[in-house]
Amino acid sequence: MYETNYHRASSVSEAASLLAGSDEAKLLAGGQTLIPTMKQRLAAPSDVVDIRHIAELKGISVSGSKVTIGAATSHAEVAQSADIANVCPALCGLAAHIGDPHVRHMGTIGGSIANNDPAADYPAAMVALDATIHTNNRTISASDFFVGLFETALDEGEIVTAVSFDAPSKAAYQKFPNPASRYAMAGVFVAQGNGGIRVGVTGAGSEGVFRSSEMEEALASDFSPAALDAIAVDPAGMLADIHGSAVYRANLVKVMARRAVAAAG
Amino acid sequence: MTSISLNVNGRQVSGEAEDRTLLVEFLRTNLGMTGTHVGCDTSQCGACVVHVDGQAVKSCTMLAVQANGSDVTTIEGLASNGTLHPVQKAFHENHGLQCGFCTPGMIMAATDMIRRHGSALDEKTVRQELEGNICRCTGYHNIVKSILAAAAEMGDAQQAAE
Amino acid sequence: MGVEGIGARVARKEDKRFITGKGRYTDDMVVPGMKHAVFVRSPHAHAKIKSIDTSSASAMPGVIGILDGKQLTEDGIGSLICGWAVHSKDGSPMNMGVWRPLAEDTVRYVGDAVLIVVADTGDQARAAAEAVVIDYEELPAVTTALAAMKDGAPQIHPEADHNLIFDWEIGNGADVDAAIANAAHVTNLDVDNNRLVPNAMEPRATLGVYDDSEEHYTCWTTSQNPHVARLVMSAFYNVAPENKLRVIAPDVGGGFGSKIYIYPEEIVCLWASKRTGVPVKWTADRTEAFLTDAHGRDHVSNIKIAFDADNRITALKVDTIANLGAYMSLFSSSVPTYLYATLLSGQYNIANVHANVRTVYTNTTPVDAYRGAGRPEASYLVERAMETAARELGVSPAELRRKNFITQFPHQTPVIMNYDGGDFGASLDAATKAADYDGFPARKAEAAGRGKLRGIGMSCYIEACGIAPSKAVGSLGAGVGLWESAEVRVNAVGTVEVLTGSHSHGQGHETTFAQLVAERLGVGMDTVSIVHGDTDKVQMGMGTYGSRSGAVGMSAVSVALDRVEAKAKKVAAHLLEADESDIIIENGELKVAGTDKSVPWFQMALACYTAHNLPDGMEPGLKESAFFDPTNFSFPAGCYICEVEVDPETGKTEIIQFVAADDFGNIINPMIVEGQVHGGVAQGIGQAMLESCIYDPDTGQLLTASYMDYAMPRADDLPSFDVSTTVTPSPSNPLGIKGCGEAGAIGSPPAVINAITDAIGSNKLEMPASPQAVWAALNAK
Repeated sequence: MYETNYHRASSVSEAASLLAGSDEAKLLAGGQTLIPTMKQRLAAPSDVVDIRHIAELKGISVSGSKVTIGAATSHAEVAQSADIANVCPALCGLAAHIGDPHVRHMGTIGGSIANNDPAADYPAAMVALDATIHTNNRTISASDFFVGLFETALDEGEIVTAVSFDAPSKAAYQKFPNPASRYAMAGVFVAQGNGGIRVGVTGAGSEGVFRSSEMEEALASDFSPAALDAIAVDPAGMLADIHGSAVYRANLVKVMARRAVAAAG
Repeated sequence: MTSISLNVNGRQVSGEAEDRTLLVEFLRTNLGMTGTHVGCDTSQCGACVVHVDGQAVKSCTMLAVQANGSDVTTIEGLASNGTLHPVQKAFHENHGLQCGFCTPGMIMAATDMIRRHGSALDEKTVRQELEGNICRCTGYHNIVKSILAAAAEMGDAQQAAE
Repeated sequence: MGVEGIGARVARKEDKRFITGKGRYTDDMVVPGMKHAVFVRSPHAHAKIKSIDTSSASAMPGVIGILDGKQLTEDGIGSLICGWAVHSKDGSPMNMGVWRPLAEDTVRYVGDAVLIVVADTGDQARAAAEAVVIDYEELPAVTTALAAMKDGAPQIHPEADHNLIFDWEIGNGADVDAAIANAAHVTNLDVDNNRLVPNAMEPRATLGVYDDSEEHYTCWTTSQNPHVARLVMSAFYNVAPENKLRVIAPDVGGGFGSKIYIYPEEIVCLWASKRTGVPVKWTADRTEAFLTDAHGRDHVSNIKIAFDADNRITALKVDTIANLGAYMSLFSSSVPTYLYATLLSGQYNIANVHANVRTVYTNTTPVDAYRGAGRPEASYLVERAMETAARELGVSPAELRRKNFITQFPHQTPVIMNYDGGDFGASLDAATKAADYDGFPARKAEAAGRGKLRGIGMSCYIEACGIAPSKAVGSLGAGVGLWESAEVRVNAVGTVEVLTGSHSHGQGHETTFAQLVAERLGVGMDTVSIVHGDTDKVQMGMGTYGSRSGAVGMSAVSVALDRVEAKAKKVAAHLLEADESDIIIENGELKVAGTDKSVPWFQMALACYTAHNLPDGMEPGLKESAFFDPTNFSFPAGCYICEVEVDPETGKTEIIQFVAADDFGNIINPMIVEGQVHGGVAQGIGQAMLESCIYDPDTGQLLTASYMDYAMPRADDLPSFDVSTTVTPSPSNPLGIKGCGEAGAIGSPPAVINAITDAIGSNKLEMPASPQAVWAALNAK
């Protein structure tokens, strides 16, 4: 790891001013992606600003169907949240299968979505739940937030503070993990909410997380696995690597989607 | 350099380290506690698992300074007054280790797993929960057996105490 | 069997230090003044080194020295050797290229070491290593053996035209061809054996310390055989004479073959310690381990098995091309020849066997022995072909095998090996019973109802262990005999120290060797200490690999114990005024048989050292040593059955049950033997379903250089295993042990693939049978 300077922020505003004070600063939430990247000398921030201890970024609140999760909430906390489980158990199940138990103790929802790894789980849920991403400056809809591979709509120095969404009437997430990394090779989050049916797909798309409007339309008229049978996922938009060709990933997207619909019931 | 204070295995310790120093490096190099191991660079093998403020974390994926002020438990701190922790005992009795390199991380992961699941652990859950710990020697067969045995024993002990 | 003796399920003595964090591995070692090394390695698969500029790197903070291959050559450090000379069938010696510990002119694989940087801290060394400027002229690279043999392929070593190292054969070729021509049926199969990365969880490390006052070197290293390391570094690499070089292999975190070899890093760190005047420690990171630990397997083969009209095998013919990587590693020549083709007769009575093996250089990491070493490749080939033959012939795979089993021993195969015992039918019976083999069709039908494809597969493997009878391997070109040594010291208080040349890196020798002593001397295991891994303590040794520690290492202990017992009986007879032939050793006492006269073990030992009352002419003390050389290889064998379910929508395969029925001869500690089988089977399943070492064919970059891309078997990839043993003792060593360390990795891959191909109804499947590969095979139909 290259040299770096560590700062522990006690408030969002302090974190923002620490970020602004350096050209090469990065936010450090759970660090489960940033630190491995720094260890491999693929990232070399001059400063890291630790936001894990900021009280205002923590916590889960569920009010009626409205769910709000602080950005520094760990995957383990989401997985174990009885409040979220009451209204959207699919999200708990998703969080319970991110990484491994040790990663889930440290990794945070804010860190995951701000990083926008194309194989991360949360982005699929965010777009399918039509979530709102709250930052220290504004709110951004999930559809606008995830821009491309490791790219988001966040401005320089902007900090994710929370995510919120209306709990869907039904939802489920199914993923097929990469045999080596265990990241999603295809992860599909299906949700039926007030705004209709939304299908978020991660791990497979060459541009990162995406919604499958074709599947959404098919499910709108018939919310059943069979409704997806006629859909052909186009391999042209799929990632390809040694673990899965584009054709194989296209197949996985469809299979995971069908299983998610079945699981959502 | 930053001054880092930790409570490690019940003892207050401090030391100077660069901010880039990983918790595992601080334990191994600054404190000379070499029971915690490093087996990969990509935060996957779990040989480095310790407990920070009561939760299992990968000490290779946390800066020492991130843990500043925290309570840390390592493999060296698990036995108390010469009595092995039930998980350590179970690994011994069930041949849950061979070369011993992954063992500290396995045992720390296992104690955390039992803390969260209690004696209700079943084989499938144990296998899923070991996703972040790689062993090359045992084929996991006896590790799984050890964890199930420890969970049962700890569950019995808890029931007896209640 | 007592509670501690031979056959007892004793929990391991060595466990306590490992479960309390007190294990001491090489990277844990700290000596005064110790500094840290980082190697500058080639980023290219094949290139000329045009220039090296270390000027700015040398001036960086903390840098003590940056050393190169020219300096190494100036100091007379030798080139790496291959310890087994294999000749081509035309009689010519193998075409071996030069492997310098630090490359001077040409780099031949990604990871080839060029410079060592020594600095106060690892971070400083790493920063300086990045600041070194090396001007490379890139050359075309080739990564597969088939491509490397073609006209116009990049020439990797001038010594090896078309990159061919040797073209070797074994067996009776003309007879084989005639038998195939006259066969009622010939099964013909092309089979690849995928390249693997050993991945011991402890990355390699070494600490080299030069003491100029004594002109003495100490090398701490992650080795399976510290004495061989000292021998080779002294005799061939000119690091130091043996009496000036101490090699210590402390706790070692797994080996699986990869820590047999003496790598450039040990040599260079010792040399650098002298050059820089500081102790030098190097520890590999995982990616470095992927790039530089010797890889395993990597064969491309064709097999033909000929049957007569009664389904009896009349001939077996194999053609194999083995990729040895960029340099010939220490045992690399023997793995695809004498450790491979000599086992191609399998468990079967075959009059005619012939194999041709070509070995080839490529721009990849050197390939050498990895758990099983040649024998997994042989068993995979033969057992896939046997299962295929049964399907083609429309007969039961179990019965086709049984019909062809060797049942009379000794049995001389056409490929050197003389099987000295076994009961293959017993293993087959045990495995088929445990697996409920006959009940499979009902389970398959039930799975089909759930939309799953269920398959069952079998393999009946045989291997050669107890490596190795020195005369036999010497006649085949091995540079050194593979005996083992032991010393048994009985202290004045009766406690026992056993010094062994075997090295434990997970095998539990501190327990099993003590069990043998407890059994023989009637003393408690807690009074027995096993000492290993230090050339200053143990006289000599050949180390641990090839499932040899029980059959060879423990046999040496047994012979030394014979000698200890003989003297102890003489002393006791003298003390008890009895005849030594009447003395028996039992429960911590030496007794006169049939009387109540006895002397406690410790009192006899004390008498040896007080020496006041010894028989006239007897030397004081009680310490005996032995060198044991087996009379033959030992032949572990067994039957493995794997049952799987394939999800046809994703190609994901789940192992529903895995049954292993092995014959390891006599067993010292069944718990430890079972653990060895579990681990071996897991590695075999890893090879069959998960692990794949992939190079970019154009650039020669290793694409699977971390656990992000190399799929290691994890707990949820595997089932619990059903393991059992049958026993026919080995006649080639006094303990009747055959060896158990590699069997799991040898027998399991064909069983897994036979099960998956059965499930999917297609035989077009290579390892690893990843979800994608299985799905593709299903959809190619």
